[in-house]
Amino acid sequence: MNINESVVQISSLSYRYDKENVLEDINLTIPRGAFLGLVGPNGSGKSTLLKLVLGLLQPQKGDIKLFGIEAENFKEKHKIGFVSQKANSFNTGFPATVFEVVASGLTKKLGMFRFLQKQEQIKVRKAVQSVGMEAFLERNIGDLSGGQQQRIFIARALVSDPALLILDEPTVGVDAKNVYSFYEMLENLNKEQGITLVLVTHDIGTITDKVSHVACLNKHLHFHGETSEFEKLNLAEMSDIYGHDVHVLNHDHHHHHNHTGGN
Amino acid sequence: MISAIFQYEFLQNAFLAGMIIGVIAPLLGVFIVVRRLSLIADALSHVTLAGIAASLLLSKNSALFVGVNPIYMGMAFSVAGSLFIEKLRTVYKHYQELAIPIILSGGIGLGVIFISLADGFNTDLFSYLFGSVSAVTRLDLWTILLISIGVIIVIILLYKELFLLSFDEEYAKATGIAVKSLHFVFIIMVALVIAASMRIVGILLVSSLMTLPVAASIRISRGFKQTIFLSMLFGEISVLGGLTLSYYLNLAPGGTIVMLAVLILIVTMVSKKLSSQFGGVRV
Repeated sequence: MNINESVVQISSLSYRYDKENVLEDINLTIPRGAFLGLVGPNGSGKSTLLKLVLGLLQPQKGDIKLFGIEAENFKEKHKIGFVSQKANSFNTGFPATVFEVVASGLTKKLGMFRFLQKQEQIKVRKAVQSVGMEAFLERNIGDLSGGQQQRIFIARALVSDPALLILDEPTVGVDAKNVYSFYEMLENLNKEQGITLVLVTHDIGTITDKVSHVACLNKHLHFHGETSEFEKLNLAEMSDIYGHDVHVLNHDHHHHHNHTGGN
Repeated sequence: MISAIFQYEFLQNAFLAGMIIGVIAPLLGVFIVVRRLSLIADALSHVTLAGIAASLLLSKNSALFVGVNPIYMGMAFSVAGSLFIEKLRTVYKHYQELAIPIILSGGIGLGVIFISLADGFNTDLFSYLFGSVSAVTRLDLWTILLISIGVIIVIILLYKELFLLSFDEEYAKATGIAVKSLHFVFIIMVALVIAASMRIVGILLVSSLMTLPVAASIRISRGFKQTIFLSMLFGEISVLGGLTLSYYLNLAPGGTIVMLAVLILIVTMVSKKLSSQFGGVRV
């Protein structure tokens, strides 16, 4: 694989909190245009890996390159969009419209002491359109359903034109019947706008027909490859790489909530 | 009353100061309330009291402090208190709300000691507790005006950043906003506005102007900007209405202002309820 074509390149990365190793010797390259499903049970180090890629933590061993540049020296943060688990950091009673929330995604890119101009307003509208929420522009964010709110947060990430979009368990708190259309929207963003997507989830089954690549993490990177290869693995191999609670190709959405929670 | 305002300077001072505070306190209040820091204003106002008591004590014992406006010492204490709150919030990461009662009781404790050293209450101190129209001087008015202009400029320039900090601190951090310095700037503005506005509403009630108009507008507004404008409107109505009523009915101005703000809150709650019962989806 050509290095210039990779959006994220992680080599020999290890990380530990106090005495416990969370990540060991991770090597992972995400090619431009990929839709990667990063799966692993709770406590497998997924969130730590994300924080490292986003520059919120510094690697202790090994290194991370973003768009070919060392993560520490990477300055164009707006190229990376991030959507966290909604429940983490958002007060649902907050009096802000969808427009205001999405526009806040331009804060860093615009810079201090600058105001939203016409062209930024158009951008905000476009971002809201691309997640199919243009009818809700002037509604308060707290009045929307969980799935709709999550779409708005994706629009907030999209508004700064990211080349890479990272989503951490975005369907936690999203109505089971809306999860599928949510994934369909992600697939469109990937195929039509060419945005590289990393979707972190504990549930492999629901995403295998959408993602192009799968990476299985549990302290070590147990599997990384195209989805078709991943689907060839048998159940025993799968349990081996994923850990004990494997729900492979399980499309029964009611099981989702058994595995939610922080990691 | 209009003719009285033209006639008496103290009335002019009180009304002008009140008009400014009616706008500036709810403006900062919106950010305070949505960040769930509503009690911070209470804590800081009590620290300010300690500063004012200290200033009064010093002016009694040292020629150097005679004639110095106690509000300046109050501001210094308030800013110091706000920095302590920040420090405590990082020390007690998992009990962030603990910082507020610590600072609040520390402020009262210190204030009571200074008051007793200064041989108890006098009318001057009393006017700081509950606010007094006649106590507002020209100098107070200029202080309030300067602080308010500074605060408004900072809020306009840093509006995007302050919005993001309030809405989603984690995301602000992740996108590379200087969250710590921003918060620092914000809390110093709060400390200054609290110290400046006590002359009108008094220490015990100053936080109400930062929270009650916001509590009312948050019920019925759509969007953050509208919340800000409605809060300022409700704040202004409370202050002007309260001062006028207190003038005619000879009531304590601070108490009258706060009760008007409570009344507005009740009206918005009732009207929201009515409009959701009779047809309207939302106001």
